[in-house]
Amino acid sequence: MADHILERVNITKTFPGVKALTDVTLTVERGEVHAICGENGAGKSTLMKVLSGVYPHGTYEGDILFEGAPVSFSGIRDSEKSGIVIIHQELALSPFLSIAENIFLGNEQQRGGKIDWNATNLRAADLLAQVGLAESPVTKITDIGVGKQQLVEIAKALSKDVKLLILDEPTAALNDEDSAHLLGLINGLRDRGITSIIISHKLNEIKAIADRVTVIRDGRTIETLDLDADDISEERIIRGMVGRDLESRFPERSVSIGDEVLRIEDWTVHHPLEHSRLVVDGANLSVRAGEVVGIAGLMGAGRTELAMSVFGRSYGHNISGNLYKNGQPIQAKTVRQAISHGIAYATEDRKRYGLNLLDDIKRNISGSALGKLSSWGHVDANREQVVANGFRKSMRIKAPNVAAITGKLSGGNQQKVVLSKWMFADPDVLILDEPTRGIDVGAKYEIYTIINEMAAQGKAIIVISSELPELLGICDRIYALSAGRITGEVDVHEAHPEKLMQYMTQEKE
Amino acid sequence: MSSLTTPSTEHAPVVPPSKPSAGGIVSFLGGRLRQIGIFIALIAIVILFQALTGGTLLTPRNVTSIINQNAYVLILAIGMVMIIIAGHIDLSVGSVVAFVGAMSGIFIVQWGWPWWLGVLAAVAVGGLIGAWQGFWVAYVGIPAFIVTLAGMLTFRGLTQIVLHNVPITPFPAQYVAIGSGFLPDLTGGRSTFEVLTLILGFAAALGLTTQEVRERAKRVKLGLEDEPMSWFVSKVIFTAVFILAITFVLASYRGTPIVLVILAVLILVYTAVMNQFVFGRHIYARGGNLHAAQLSGVDTKRVDFALFVNMGVLAGIAGIAFTARSNSALPGAGTGFELDAIAAVFIGGAAVTGGVGTVTGAIIGGLIMGVLNNGMSLLGLGSEVQSFIKGFVLLLAVAFDIFNKRRAANATK
Repeated sequence: MADHILERVNITKTFPGVKALTDVTLTVERGEVHAICGENGAGKSTLMKVLSGVYPHGTYEGDILFEGAPVSFSGIRDSEKSGIVIIHQELALSPFLSIAENIFLGNEQQRGGKIDWNATNLRAADLLAQVGLAESPVTKITDIGVGKQQLVEIAKALSKDVKLLILDEPTAALNDEDSAHLLGLINGLRDRGITSIIISHKLNEIKAIADRVTVIRDGRTIETLDLDADDISEERIIRGMVGRDLESRFPERSVSIGDEVLRIEDWTVHHPLEHSRLVVDGANLSVRAGEVVGIAGLMGAGRTELAMSVFGRSYGHNISGNLYKNGQPIQAKTVRQAISHGIAYATEDRKRYGLNLLDDIKRNISGSALGKLSSWGHVDANREQVVANGFRKSMRIKAPNVAAITGKLSGGNQQKVVLSKWMFADPDVLILDEPTRGIDVGAKYEIYTIINEMAAQGKAIIVISSELPELLGICDRIYALSAGRITGEVDVHEAHPEKLMQYMTQEKE
Repeated sequence: MSSLTTPSTEHAPVVPPSKPSAGGIVSFLGGRLRQIGIFIALIAIVILFQALTGGTLLTPRNVTSIINQNAYVLILAIGMVMIIIAGHIDLSVGSVVAFVGAMSGIFIVQWGWPWWLGVLAAVAVGGLIGAWQGFWVAYVGIPAFIVTLAGMLTFRGLTQIVLHNVPITPFPAQYVAIGSGFLPDLTGGRSTFEVLTLILGFAAALGLTTQEVRERAKRVKLGLEDEPMSWFVSKVIFTAVFILAITFVLASYRGTPIVLVILAVLILVYTAVMNQFVFGRHIYARGGNLHAAQLSGVDTKRVDFALFVNMGVLAGIAGIAFTARSNSALPGAGTGFELDAIAAVFIGGAAVTGGVGTVTGAIIGGLIMGVLNNGMSLLGLGSEVQSFIKGFVLLLAVAFDIFNKRRAANATK
C-alpha cells in the first residue's frame, strides 16, 4: 500500500480568457522524486503555484489532499507551515544580504524582535554543511554563483522543516558540474525522507534521478510513468509531451516562396552580465520571401536572445557574425538601423517590451514608424488615426475605438496591436517571438491568419514558439535550437514532433 | 472576460464591427474625468477664496499680481512635467533660476552688455547647465534624482560664489519690464479699458475658436470626429468666455503683463510639442515603457538629454522673469521653486512612475497652488499655515488619483 503524501483531484485554474489547467490530477508518494514534464506553457508552473499557495485557495477549483487531509492554503506562508516549499526558477534571494540572513529571511532567529546573530550564523552553517556548500554564512549572495545560490535556496527550505520540496527547473541556469551536485543533493534528501517534485526539460536528468514522471500537456494530465518498473525511454516521454494529434487548428495557406531575404551567419552572442557565457553559439539560418520559418527550442535555449541580438543588438555582449539582406552584407548595430533595413521584432513579452500600456492604440501602432506620419517633427494626428482605424478593422482589434488604452485590452488584442505596429513599419523580415503566448485558442487562429496574410504579401517571417504543434501548423521550415546552437533544420513536411524534441533536448557532446 | 468561447476550428471567429462610440457626452467625458476634475477644483478654490476675502481675490489688481507672482513657477512646471512624464525628476531648477539670474546681472549690470544680449546669454547658460545634467543622466546613466540633487547644491554654491554673496542691482528698465512690466498703453491711460489688451484678448479668443472649428471640420470630413457636438460647443464657448473675462479684468487695471505673454506663448508651444510633435511622443513613450520605446527605435538617450537641455532653458527663462521682477539678482533666489514646480505637476495629474501628464494639467496645478498662496495671504494667514495646507492639497490630489485608478481597475475586472 503506497503512502501518498499528496493526492489531488481535478484542479482547474482559469486566467482571464485562458484555461491554464483542466482537471489536472497528480499523486505523489512519500519519499519519492517525482518529475513533471511538459512543453513550455503546458501548465507545469501553474500547477506548482496552485500547490504551494502562490495562487491561494479559491482562485482555482478542485481539492488538494496533503498527507491525507484536504488543505486550503491562503498563501505561501501557509503552505510552508505545512511543509511544502517551492523554489522558483528565478531565485528569490536578496543579493546584498548574507547567506545566513537569506536563509532566515521572514523566519528570523530572534528573541523579542532582537536578532540572535550567533544562532543565525551557527544554524546557517549547519544547514550549509547539509547541502554541501563550503561557504561562510556571512558571505553575501551577490558574491556566489548561481549554482551555489540554488543550494542556499535548498538550505533555506531545509530550515523550514520541509516535507515536500518543489523545484522549478532547478538546473536550467547551472553548468554540468553544479547540476550534478544539485541532483546528488536531491537524491540525498530522498534518503532523509524528503519528497521532491522536480520540473525539468532535461530528460536525461529525469531518467537519472526521478522515480516516477507525470506528463502534462495543454493543461491536462496525460499519464504518470513509473521509471523503475517500466523501462521508459526518453522517446517514450517525448511522445507523451508532444501528443500525436495535430488538430486542424490552423488556417489553410497557399505557399509561394521567393528569394532569400535574410541570412544570419556564424551568429555568436555572449551573456550581457556573465561575459564568458555563450548564449548563442555560431548559429546559421536564413529566411526567404513568403516563407514562414520556425525556431523551436526549450526555455533557455537562446531563442529570444538570438532574435533580439539580430534586431539592432538589443540583447547580449560581444556579438559576432554576419547579416545578409537580399544577399548584401548589412550592419544593424542599433534598433533604428535594423528597422531601416526592414527588420522588425515583435517581442514575446508584449507588456514589458512591446507596448506602452499607458497609451492608446493609435499611438502604440504609430510608435515604430512615426516618421511616416510626420514632417518637420510634426505628427499628422488625423492621418495617424486613419491609419489606426484601418488596422483596427483589418486586424479585428476588439476595442470601442483607437483611443482605447492598450493596458485594458485582452492579451489577444494587445498582440494584434503589436503586430499592427510592426506591419505599419512595413518590414521585409518579421521576427515574431511567441506570437500566441497567453492568448486563447480563438484569437490564436486569427493571429495565424494574419501571419499567413503577411507571408502572402511576400514578407519573410520567423516565428519563435514553444509549442511544437503551432510551429508544425504554420511554418514551412523549422530550425531546432538547443543550448544556443542550431541542432537541426527540417522541412515541415518531413518534420516530426518527436524528432524535433530530440534536436531540442540534444546536449552538447 | 470569464466566459470562454469554444473556438471554431473551421473559421476565424467573426467579430461584429464595433460602432463608433455613440454613447454621448457622459461616456465621452468619462475618459477625461481627471482633466475636468482638476479644472473644477481650481474654479471651486477661486470661488471659495473670492467669498472668504470678500471679493478681493478677483479684483483686477490682485489678478494681475497672481499672474506676476506665479509666472516663473508655471514656466518651471512646463519643463518639469515633461521631465516627470519621461520618468525623471529635476531638483536643481531653483538653483538654476538663481544662477541664471546672477549671470544676467553680471552680464548686464557689471559688464555693461545690452539688456537683450545679457538675457539671451543668461538663458543660454541655463541650456548649458541642462546639457551638463543631461549628459550625466542620459549618457552616464546616473539617476536624475542624484544628478539634480548634486546640481541643486552645485549651482546654489556657484551662485553665491559669482555674486560674492551680495545682490546685484539695479537692472535697466527694459530688463525689469520682463518681470513686472506691461504691454504699452495705446491711449496713454485715458480709457477705462486698456485698448491693446482688449485687442489681444479678442484676437486670441477668435483665433482659438476658428482654429478649433477648422480642426473639427477637417476631422468630420475624415470621419474621425467622436467628440459630441454639445461638448465641443460648450468647450469652445467656455474657453472664449474665459479668455475674454481675463482680458476685461486685466484691461481694467494696467493691461497685459509682459510675463503673461511669455507664459502664454510657452504654453501654446509646449502643448503642441507634447501632443503633435515626434519629440513629445517620444517623451511619453520613454516614460510609459522604456524597453518598448527602445525596441521601437526611439533613441531614448537623446530624448533624455534633450529634455534636460530644455528644462535648463526654461529654468533660464524663469530665472530672468524672477530676477526682473525683484529687480535684483539674489544669492538665495529660487529656493524651493523646484518643490513648487513638482507639486504643481503632480496636482496636475502626472504619474510618479512616468508616462502620464499634460502641460495644461501642470499649469492648472500651478494655478491651484498660486491661488491658495495668494488667497491665504489675503486672509492674513502666515506662511506656516500656508505650507501646512498646500502639503495637504498635494497629498489629497494624488490620493484622489490613485483612488480613481483603483476604481477603474476594479470596474474592468
